[in-house]
Parts: sequence; structure tokens; C-alpha cells
Amino acid sequence: MAEVTLDHVYKRFGDVTAVQDFSLEIQDAEFMVFVGPSGCGKTTTLRMVAGLEEISDGTLRIGDRVVNDMPPKDRDIAMVFQNYALYPHMNVHQNMSFGLRLRKTPKADIERRVQEAADILQIGHLLERRPRELSGGQRQRVALGRAIVREPKVFLMDEPLSNLDAKLRVEMRASISKLHQRLGVTTIYVTHDQVEAMTMGTRIVVMKDGLIQQVDSPVKLYDEPVNKFVAGFIGSPAMNFMIGGVENGVLRSANFDIRPTDELAGKLQKHDGKKVYVGIRPENFGLKGYTSIPEQDNVVRARVEVVEPLGAETHIIASVGADQNVVARVDPHAPVAAGDDIELLVDPNFLHAFDLESEANLRFA
Amino acid sequence: MNRRVFGLPLTWGKLLVHLGLAAIVIVWTVPTLGLFVSSLRDKDQLITSGWWTALTASEQTAAGRLLGRDAEATDDGRYVLRGDVLEAEGRSIVAFGLDQTDLRAHAPGDTVDLGGLAFTLNEDGTYVATSDTPIPEDYRERVFYVEAIPPTFTLANYREVLASEGIDRAFINTFTVTIPATVIPILIAAFAAYAFAWMKFPGRQLFFAIVVGLLVVPLQMSLIPLLRMYNDIGAAFGVPSKTYLGIWLAHTAFGLPLAVYLLRNYIGGLPRDIIESAQLDGASHFDVFTRLVLPLSIPALASFAIFQFLWVWNDLLVALVFLGKGEDQIVLTSKLREMLGSRGDNWEILTSSAFVSILVPLMVFFALQRYFVRGLLAGSVKGG
Repeated sequence: MAEVTLDHVYKRFGDVTAVQDFSLEIQDAEFMVFVGPSGCGKTTTLRMVAGLEEISDGTLRIGDRVVNDMPPKDRDIAMVFQNYALYPHMNVHQNMSFGLRLRKTPKADIERRVQEAADILQIGHLLERRPRELSGGQRQRVALGRAIVREPKVFLMDEPLSNLDAKLRVEMRASISKLHQRLGVTTIYVTHDQVEAMTMGTRIVVMKDGLIQQVDSPVKLYDEPVNKFVAGFIGSPAMNFMIGGVENGVLRSANFDIRPTDELAGKLQKHDGKKVYVGIRPENFGLKGYTSIPEQDNVVRARVEVVEPLGAETHIIASVGADQNVVARVDPHAPVAAGDDIELLVDPNFLHAFDLESEANLRFA
Repeated sequence: MNRRVFGLPLTWGKLLVHLGLAAIVIVWTVPTLGLFVSSLRDKDQLITSGWWTALTASEQTAAGRLLGRDAEATDDGRYVLRGDVLEAEGRSIVAFGLDQTDLRAHAPGDTVDLGGLAFTLNEDGTYVATSDTPIPEDYRERVFYVEAIPPTFTLANYREVLASEGIDRAFINTFTVTIPATVIPILIAAFAAYAFAWMKFPGRQLFFAIVVGLLVVPLQMSLIPLLRMYNDIGAAFGVPSKTYLGIWLAHTAFGLPLAVYLLRNYIGGLPRDIIESAQLDGASHFDVFTRLVLPLSIPALASFAIFQFLWVWNDLLVALVFLGKGEDQIVLTSKLREMLGSRGDNWEILTSSAFVSILVPLMVFFALQRYFVRGLLAGSVKGG
């Protein structure tokens, strides 16, 4: 059990800076998720924590020890790799006990820990098998088991579910969350899948181009994204962005007029007469008569392009103006068809506005 | 590509490939077969006929003599001379003649006049010569015949070369050279290959490039300088100039570049994740090497072992330079060469000696052939 602290950490490969000024305090027993598009530096950061990459600048602490120059084998951490990285010439039992055997743990102790881990992961019947005789999901469980038996201070997981099929992924997601609750070990989990990040993380680090964009709990990240990137990355379908002008506190363009809440209007005062990105999540749209959003002057005029009924809800893909599409999640019983001209009501309480240049959320400006 | 050629599910191109392969197989196996068959044949037959006739009877000319003192009288007043010209079982008469220049004048069973006697030679070698008058004591007449000898196979040649020609000792000497000269370079190269593949140290690429460069240094160029160096250094320690240690070192040195190159490519192709995972599990470089890399590299190690073993086993040049020709040091290749000079006419000895010398390479090849192809591909195919 330990805290992990990264203090102004940099990673440079020649002239390329892969990770920039990364500062983060991970609490004991926290499940911290690093998320971002590929190449954003999340895996590099994880590998620096593991000791597989050298740290170019800054300090890394595990517990209260600075471990910058400590080789991986002494850091007392366990890692689960994307493609499992099981030892192909050893059976499951030998795979799981490898680390313990290297540390000369007493035999009885090894036996007990392997059995416990096998019970937790329900792989007790596979202990004699070789990795190539296992399915993808079973291999992933063995890889987890190998990490668990070590009883390390920190778990590192590098996209552990990305090689599994969709159904198995959902199952394993729940298994890992349960495992974390049960063991209470500090965990750093890297993924490019925002759904995994939202469902599993105690806190989430959103990264882009080697920079931390935002660190927050899943709900806060969703409700209060600090910039357009985070707003667009978190949530599915993604947030809709339209460009509009600020005119006397009203967001306006040829296709919409939206009056923000007083709080946001106050923040927008300095931008009066300028253009901003207007951000609206799909579920904050509604159709008249089929929504709880109060009927005010806040409407977006659009033409329905595609209707996707999902049963519990319907997704409408509609064009706003010539070259702008928005997605709206509406009541499945609303009578819409492709080609209809509709007025989408907007809930002003969940309205976001982003600066055109810095892309920062103007709510927090 | 479903066209058929001669009703076979082949394309012309494939047919050509198959025929080409068959031709290569025949070209390579027929001489070996010939050598093997020859080494098992009787030494007299070996001289008179080729190995491909080994399964059929061979013919040989011989002469027999009829002697008057063996004659006897019979009841009906005639005088008879009986006997058997063939000494060995299984042989038979093909033809006979009374004159050395015409061996095939008469077929077996024919009755001819032989010095006044009516002579019949049967196929089984028995003969009858009869006369109405008594056969004189000093009667002696020669008969010439062609006998058919049935195929005989024998291990006598092997017994001879192993027991009296010194091949047995040369065989052991060759093993004494070959086994350490195979094991030592593998040991060194495996460590080096791991370091080149997975350890970071300055100049790694440069050193590896130098090792690869050494692959093209011809052995002949460095042989004598190496020998002089070994002798000079040996003299300082009081080591004689021709020793097994010297040839082990020489073979190790000549084998290392290829070994390091092959093994580095294979070991470098092992999945990075596995090695990193082991490091996180608490493994030092030595642990990673002994517990992961060695067991996972067995195909590459085996394939290099085959290469090195066969090369050292068949080597003559290095052995001539670094080993003496005394009985305690001479290797098979050197011994064979020596026998070619001294016993060049004794084919039975040469063929069986030669076969003794290729026996071990053949066994090694057949036992480890699955590693052979895999080893050739080592490093070039991912996960190969």
C-alpha cells in the first residue's frame, strides 16, 4: 500500500518530449485511470512509474521513497500488460509463483497465495495448463493473478482489456473493479477507452500531447470539463460543438438563440461581440412535448438527417446550417423522421462555452 | 490455381519445384547409399563389381584341377573321377571352358573331352569324368569356370577398421575435439547475445557491428597468426604447441561471430513484454537470462549447435594446424586422409572408415532436423 507522487516529471526521447511537467499525487488505495488518445504519453508515464523508462526530469516517489533511479525489480510493483506477457514455457502455477520464487518466499506461503489468487479469479482448475492452452480471458486472469500474488504496493495496468472481445471486456471490467475494492491496492490503469475510464476510476487523468488536461472524479470530469478537448473526449456520443457569437449575454448564430444561466452570462461578459464554441451534450437537447426541459427561447433549428432508435432512447443526427452536425438523445416516442425540420430545446443549466483560441471552458475563466 | 498437370493437383511451377527437389535429394543421397552398401560388402566382390549390383549374384572366374589319384573303378568296368570344384556353399557354375582364353565355351551339364576323359561339370560344382581305360596316377588336367557368388554382406570391414586400423581411437579423438568446441562457443555466445539484445551499454551497436563484420573474415587468413600467437602465449605458461585446448579455443573463436549473430537475432526477437514483466517480478538480468531467455531460445541454441557440431566434426584444416598426427590426437578426417595414401587400394577399409566418420553427423541431423529449418529462419520470422 502506498501513495505514488509524480512531481514535475518529464520524459524526452531525443528532441521529442513525450511527457511534459506531469505532477500528480495518487492517494493510497486509489484507482487512478490515465486516459487519452494514442500517443498522449499515458503509457510512457506508466512505464516511468514501473521503472521501464528512465525519468528525464522531475521526481517520482512511491510511499516516501524517491525511486527515480531504482531498478524495476526493487520497486515492489506489479504490472499487467496489454498482451498479458505470460511466460510461455511455464504453466499457470509457475507463472503466478515466478516472482515469489525469485524472492525466495517460503514454499507454503507461495502455495497459499497462489491458491488464494486462483480462487479470487476462478482459475483454480487451470493451474497446470500452459498459456497457449488458455483463452484470451483466461490469460488475462492469469496475468492479474500473477500481479495479485506478489502483494505489491502498486498495481500498474497497461490497457489490460483491449485485446478482449466486447462482452468479455465488460465482465473483466467489473472483475477488476471488484478486485480493487477487495484488495485496496493503489492502482494505476491506462486506457484509451473513456468508458473504461469512467466506470472504473476513482479519479481520472485526461492527457493529450504529453500534458495533463484535467484530473478529477468521473462525474466532475463529465459535468465540468476544463476545456474543449476533455469535454469532447469524455462522454458518448460526444458533446456537440457549434460556433456562435455572444450578443448581450445571448449565444446566437443563424441557427440558434440560447440564453445562458446568469452565472455563465456573467463570465461571458468579457467576450461580448466575440465568437465562442457552444458545447451541448446530446442528452441536454429535447423535443417539445417529449422533454422535461422548460420551453424557453433556447432553441437550435436543425434538419433531421438520421434517426437511430435504441429502444430506451433515440439518437437524432441533425444538420445545423450547412456543415455542422449535432447528435441529440431524445425520448424514443418523439415523432421524428429524416428530412424533418425541427427545433431542439436546450437545457441552459448544462450549457458550456469554450474560448475559440485557448479552448478553455469559459465557466471557469 | 486449380489447373491440374497430368491429373495431379499441381501447377507447372510446383511440378518443376517438386522435380527439382527430387533431383537434389537423389544427387545427395545416392553417393551416401553407395558408400554404405560398399562398406558392408565382401572385399573380393567390392573389387570386381559396383555397389549397385550388391543384391544380385556376382561372377568370378576360377580354375579347378582334376587329379588321377582320386580315380576309382566302378562295377560296370568303367573308371570314374568325381569331385567338387566349388569350396563354398551357395555358389554355382555359370559356364566352363578347357582353355583360359575361352571360359564360357560350355554350359554346365555339357559333356566334353578332357584329356581323353568324358568330363561333365554340373551347375552345383560337382563333376564326373569317366573313361573305359584306367586313369593314370599322374593324370592332372585343369578346368576353367565362371562361378556365380550370391550377395554377401558382412560387418567384417567395420570390425577391421575399428579394431586394427585405429579408426576407433580417431573417432574418440574427434569427439574430444567436437563436444567442447560446440559447447564453449554456445555458452559464450548466449551470454553475449543476451547482452547485445537486452542490456543497455555504450557502444552496443558498434560492438555488434564489429561482431557481424567478423563473419566475413576467412579462416585461412587468421589460422597461422593464431597458431603463432597461441604458441607464444603457451610457451610463456609452459603449454605445448599442439593440444586439445588449442583447437577448442580456435574453433570457439571461429564459431563465435555466427553464434552471436544468430542468437542475438533470435533473443532480440523475444517479446519485450515478457522480459519487462520478469524484471517487474523481481528478476535480475541473470535471472531473466537463465529462467526465461535460455529456455525460450532452445530452438536457436539447438540449431547453432548443429551447425557448429557438423562444422567441427568435418573440419580438417584447423585440426591439421592445431593438433598433432600422433595416435592420441589424430581426428577422423585427418586419419581418413592418411589412409587414402597408405591403403588407397583397400576399398573395403576406406568405405567403412568413411561411413564411420559420417555416421555421427547423420545421426545428429536426423535427431535434430526439426531445429535445422527453424534455426535457418531464426530471427527472420516473428515468433519463429
